[in-house]
Amino acid sequence: MDWIGHYNYWIYVVLMMIGFYAVIAKPNLVKKVIGLGLFQTAAFLFYISIGMVDDGTAPIVWGHAVRYSNPLPHVLILTAIVVSVSTMAVALALVVAIHRAHGSIESNLIDGSPPKKHE
Amino acid sequence: MIGDNLPALIVVIPLLGAVIAPLLGRGQGPWWLATVVCSTVLALSGLLLTRVLAHGTLSYALGGWVPPIGIEYRVDRLNALVLLIVAAISAVVTLYARLSVAKEIAPERLRFFYSAYLMCITGLLGITITGDAFNLYVLLEISSISTYILVALGRQPQALRASFNYLVLGTIGATFLLIGIGYLYLATGTLNMTDLAVRLGEMSHNRTVRSAFAFIIVGASLKLALFPLHAWLPNAYTYAPSAVTALLAATATKVGAYILLRFLFTIFGLELSFATLRADVVILLAASVAVIVGSLAAIRQDDVKRMLAYSSIAQIGYIALGIALVSVTGLSAGILHLFNHALMKAALFLALGCVAYRINSTNIRDLHGLARRMPWTFAAFTAGGLSLIGVPLTTGFISKWYLLRATIERGWWPLAIIIIVGSLLAVVYVWRVVEAAYFHPPAESAKAIHEAPAGLLLPTWALVLANVYFGIDTQLSVGTATAAARALLAAAGGTP
Repeated sequence: MDWIGHYNYWIYVVLMMIGFYAVIAKPNLVKKVIGLGLFQTAAFLFYISIGMVDDGTAPIVWGHAVRYSNPLPHVLILTAIVVSVSTMAVALALVVAIHRAHGSIESNLIDGSPPKKHE
Repeated sequence: MIGDNLPALIVVIPLLGAVIAPLLGRGQGPWWLATVVCSTVLALSGLLLTRVLAHGTLSYALGGWVPPIGIEYRVDRLNALVLLIVAAISAVVTLYARLSVAKEIAPERLRFFYSAYLMCITGLLGITITGDAFNLYVLLEISSISTYILVALGRQPQALRASFNYLVLGTIGATFLLIGIGYLYLATGTLNMTDLAVRLGEMSHNRTVRSAFAFIIVGASLKLALFPLHAWLPNAYTYAPSAVTALLAATATKVGAYILLRFLFTIFGLELSFATLRADVVILLAASVAVIVGSLAAIRQDDVKRMLAYSSIAQIGYIALGIALVSVTGLSAGILHLFNHALMKAALFLALGCVAYRINSTNIRDLHGLARRMPWTFAAFTAGGLSLIGVPLTTGFISKWYLLRATIERGWWPLAIIIIVGSLLAVVYVWRVVEAAYFHPPAESAKAIHEAPAGLLLPTWALVLANVYFGIDTQLSVGTATAAARALLAAAGGTP
């Protein structure tokens, strides 16, 4: 088994768990959003890694190329990056709105206390 | 020409609608657009279902790219039925939304509401129709992101927190699905569902495939809100605007169940899902606990909207129970309950929305004596409640009956008892509302309350009547569900 050779898969799992931990353990909503970002980005790293082909070059038609990397996972992940950006945008917009409504973005402070009246 | 492009049109029309809606200004324009779009989609999905029932599975190559290279839209009996559910419920809810949403959402936000609303429907329809695993993930996120927006538009400030929690859990679930699909691609080199099914046939002992299975089932269960992954549901349903709650309860979780069915049966197949990995045991356990715990939690709620949300968790348990029985009757019961629960929960949430429209509250104490002031609304609620309990001549009875038959067929008596206990618990929580509304003297402040306007009552009653109709004439629902269950099992490798 080639443990070291697959280091990017190890990094993907470790990154993902760091992000997951932040989402669960951090009370601050922005930190949760950062954790969520890490979590998703780790999945992108995984997708990009599976497109790797030994000795493959960028998948652009080129006379000297022997092998090409698999472009499909890369294209897929472009779509997933767009999805992730929109999720982040909605999440941050929600955090701003929560701050307006509750005056705080610490979830442990918000959940116990009744929200301030707004509008 | 239009006939050939039916599958694409069902997704493209609401997508275009979502883009055009914000351009139509602050008046009723966006609502009219949503109404036209949803009724067109309903007509098209009806047409598609008749066509599939007559000619069998339809395959559509999106953009003319031949599958498995291109994205395929594949319509069989199962997803034609789910498409019809989503289209029908969204058409009725859109009619209802005009008055209800105008009252709950600021006028300057209305056009964006309808944009997100149509986008959500686009996503749900797309998930159902697509035959490509990655496409499913993208459409899932389209529907989820617009759902977060819709939930956040609720009137109370708690709606924001509910939406944020839903966003976090929903994104984790979707990312699990993404990773699972990545593993499948890694193992098989394809994303087309039919192709995946063929290539996974001999790979049930591959560890990558097994990890993919775990990721995908957990991701789909989060979307479905199967116990214990239901934490996002009660708050999201309670604080979302009335029309949105009805739409979500009736369609979003049903599409989640569809994803589970599609992956368990069509893609992974019986051998891998149930013989090797015993997913049925896990799902049966989770579903049984969901039925009991969801019903018990529902009894303890003072907010009727939250009560119905917990009841949804229990009802999702019934759907999952049917799926996990892995027999023709069980699977038919699950698919049937998917259809029937959409009808009953939408009717109940719409009736409750009528109450919220008049008294701005859904707390059970504020309902005291209201049945005399709003007789039609509470008659609708009671009828929906009877269906939820499973009284004969309602849809609820039909699906519970099939579910019971399926458990007895297998000789699993404890499950039959759980189903009956769940129904009895439903009697308790529905009765609490009925008692408050019919048998308590009205408060002084309730004197000035009138019946809800016809614009809200008509869509609600349309669904109530559908509940009764499909409780008596079961040809469409039972016939299609049984045929879909047979086809699923046959494609998944025969009856176990």
